[in-house]
Amino acid sequence: MADSIQLRVSRFRPDEDSEPHWQEYDVPLRKEWTVLDGLNHVKNGVDTTLSFRWSCRMGICGSCGMTVDGEPKLTCGTFLSDYAPGPVTIEPLSNFPVVRDLVVDLSDFMAKLPRVKPWIIREDDDRTVFPDVEYLQTPEELDAYKQFSMCINCMLCYSACPVYGLDPEFIGPAAIALAERYDLDSRDRGNRQRLDVLVEHDGVWGCTFVGECTRVCPQHVDPAAAIQRYKLKAALATVKAFLLPRGAR
Amino acid sequence: MIPSSGMPTDLRLYRPRVSTWWWTRKRSYFVFVMRELSSIFVAWFVVYLVLFVYAVGQGEAAYRRFLDWAASPWVTVLNVVALVFVLLHTVTWFNLTPQAMAVRVAGRRVPSFHIIAGQYTGLVVVSAFVLWLVTR
Repeated sequence: MADSIQLRVSRFRPDEDSEPHWQEYDVPLRKEWTVLDGLNHVKNGVDTTLSFRWSCRMGICGSCGMTVDGEPKLTCGTFLSDYAPGPVTIEPLSNFPVVRDLVVDLSDFMAKLPRVKPWIIREDDDRTVFPDVEYLQTPEELDAYKQFSMCINCMLCYSACPVYGLDPEFIGPAAIALAERYDLDSRDRGNRQRLDVLVEHDGVWGCTFVGECTRVCPQHVDPAAAIQRYKLKAALATVKAFLLPRGAR
Repeated sequence: MIPSSGMPTDLRLYRPRVSTWWWTRKRSYFVFVMRELSSIFVAWFVVYLVLFVYAVGQGEAAYRRFLDWAASPWVTVLNVVALVFVLLHTVTWFNLTPQAMAVRVAGRRVPSFHIIAGQYTGLVVVSAFVLWLVTR
């Protein structure tokens, strides 16, 4: 194995550059080093002006998502040795505005997420609170939504989604997967409220089932599945509204 | 020291544009666009079938004329291309079905393989029936 590998990093400094350009750095190629380790090596000793986000280094905080050789990846779980002999291209996540170097602006997602009400909604909107009541759940009831609760908001799915790239109004994979997570929760009664948001033109019907969100998800959440199931729910709700009297819906 | 003008409030962001050729960048995007395109050929087969049934309804001479037209090189080529796209349509959608349908039997999730196998079984049964109907 060669003892170094070249990182080809996309640089954008808003005060100087009108568009991003490439900058190359040689970093040690070690078996246990991830792309994030390579970037930190640059940041710590070679070029302190390089900007990127990271935190936990163990694939759970969802901060270090970047585009590595054209694929959205968590850089803390992507090993340099898999790209030997290099060079490895590192770009910011696609489909987001770039703030600086590898840092993207996530405010669009932050505005969209609360629209799907990702929290437990009770019948009376929690006006009656029983502090000493436990809402028990069986293992089967937990199993129904657990997969969708694994989302770490790393934005890899938005970066992989061509629909979101072409139409930024689309509410997007992670937000819909989180809506499904609460819909499937046996303690929740908010299905109708979320459906009202997601049947809008920027909701589930924007999805054309490319399936890339699921392929790139580091947590195996399968947002594509959540979206297709929502489409089925939305269609059934429309048919029911058409066929059944009000009380039976 | 904080500069008197304070923090810049309007960040100058770089907004990348999506290229018209984004779907040629990755194999999975290309297959997706081909799958979307295949619906045009599915529609063509519907039109072809309607024309065929109409010709049969018009009598012997119209039926012969339809067969001659259908045997012309360009219609043959079009139908071969359409068949390839319809096969792509079938295979890709069959593969995606388990994701869209979470089927539970007796509290257990039915494995993807069973759902896909069920669809292919249905395809074989229907195809065999049509073949029997046409050739008997």
